[in-house]
Amino acid sequence: MSPEITQDLTAEEQEQLECVYAKPETLTETRFHYCPGCGHSVVHRVLMEVVEELDIQDKTIGIAPVGCSVFAYHYMNIDMQGAAHGRASAVATAVKRLLPDRYVFAYQGDGDLAAIGTAETIHTCNRGENIMIVFINNAIYGMTGGQMAPTTLLGMKTSTSPTGRTVETAGFPIMITNMIAMLPGVAYVTRQSVETPNAVRQLKKAFTKGFQYQKEHKGTCFIEVVSNCPSGWKMTPLQANKWLVENMFPVYPPGDIKVPA
Amino acid sequence: MAKGKVTFDIETCKGCELCIEACPQLSLALSSKINAQGYHYAVLIKDNCTGCVNCALVCPDAVITVYRQKKKSKTPVARITNVTQNITVTIDDERK
Ligand SMILES: Cc1ncc(C[n+]2csc(CCOP(=O)(O)OP(=O)(O)O)c2C)c(N)n1
Ligand code: SF4
Ligand code: SF4
Ligand code: SF4
Repeated sequence: MSPEITQDLTAEEQEQLECVYAKPETLTETRFHYCPGCGHSVVHRVLMEVVEELDIQDKTIGIAPVGCSVFAYHYMNIDMQGAAHGRASAVATAVKRLLPDRYVFAYQGDGDLAAIGTAETIHTCNRGENIMIVFINNAIYGMTGGQMAPTTLLGMKTSTSPTGRTVETAGFPIMITNMIAMLPGVAYVTRQSVETPNAVRQLKKAFTKGFQYQKEHKGTCFIEVVSNCPSGWKMTPLQANKWLVENMFPVYPPGDIKVPA
Repeated sequence: MAKGKVTFDIETCKGCELCIEACPQLSLALSSKINAQGYHYAVLIKDNCTGCVNCALVCPDAVITVYRQKKKSKTPVARITNVTQNITVTIDDERK
């Protein structure tokens, strides 16, 4: 293997180079507990980069879910509140109504948002609450050991569908993002991902729009992120991202589903 | 000197290799050494980084800081005002 290049910047480098990317100040010093390569980490980082760039750190309130991202409040250096499993959007509703000048988001996994929290999710969106919902779709329950989620793909093996999900026993992967787009109170619905640098750039733009629309009182903004779970999927991070492109995108294609008029 | 450089928060790296895959210059690799968490950490192995930021964008753990050559200054070398007749101007730009 080629020799490692020293980390220290030489005097010449110090003079000629400028810093163009560093960890955002809106993330705390605490290291993420997430598994190597986990999409939750990338989404936390990108969300906090946007909060930093928009300079809304002291005006943003996040609601953490139950799931792997239950400790989001250890990492995001903003005001945060935990919620019971699936109820993040209901808590976000209360926070936004009490403090309407704040930027409020709920951050939820697919088990949280589309299984136990389906009712809260749909009714929050149907009321057109002026919040942003960040929906991490990794097609599995990560935290509890890789059980089948409503979003699990047909044929996908999980600890509770060891021979693969079938329509007969578990129905179809739920297209909750498309369902939500049909509700009139919902302003902006987009499906993004984080497996390549360009995907990350697109996600960043989507979060920026989400906060902008909230400022303009447009209604609910719903941002799905097609994400990975290397541990639950029993793959390396590189394998997981390749699998995501080949298997998740045909069912959950990235792109805008609804944009404000 | 390369156009860019990356540095790593070695102890925070989890050796996921996503940065290595994302680098168009093939500038990165995992070290043969491990950090205190027990992971082989990512390192720069070639002096050809362009500072494109791709690696930092996909790094889940915000391990990477990216540096890039400063943009050439846009301050004018000369200003010509109150011209009443044809003139010839020769600019000797030593900045290349
Ligand atoms: C009321 C209640 N029921 C069940 C659980 C167990 N539980 C914890 S996390 C989780 C699912 C998490 O899956 P998901 O929302 O997809 O998030 P991920 O861990 O994949 O990020 C479940 C069922 C719980 N904590 N509380
Ligand atoms: S179990 Fe899955 S979702 Fe949870 S941290 Fe690990 S990789 Fe991420
Ligand atoms: S900044 Fe670009 S060229 Fe440099 S190491 Fe990262 S991905 Fe490679
Ligand atoms: S992407 Fe980040 S955590 Fe993964 S190997 Fe590279 S520097 Fe380490």
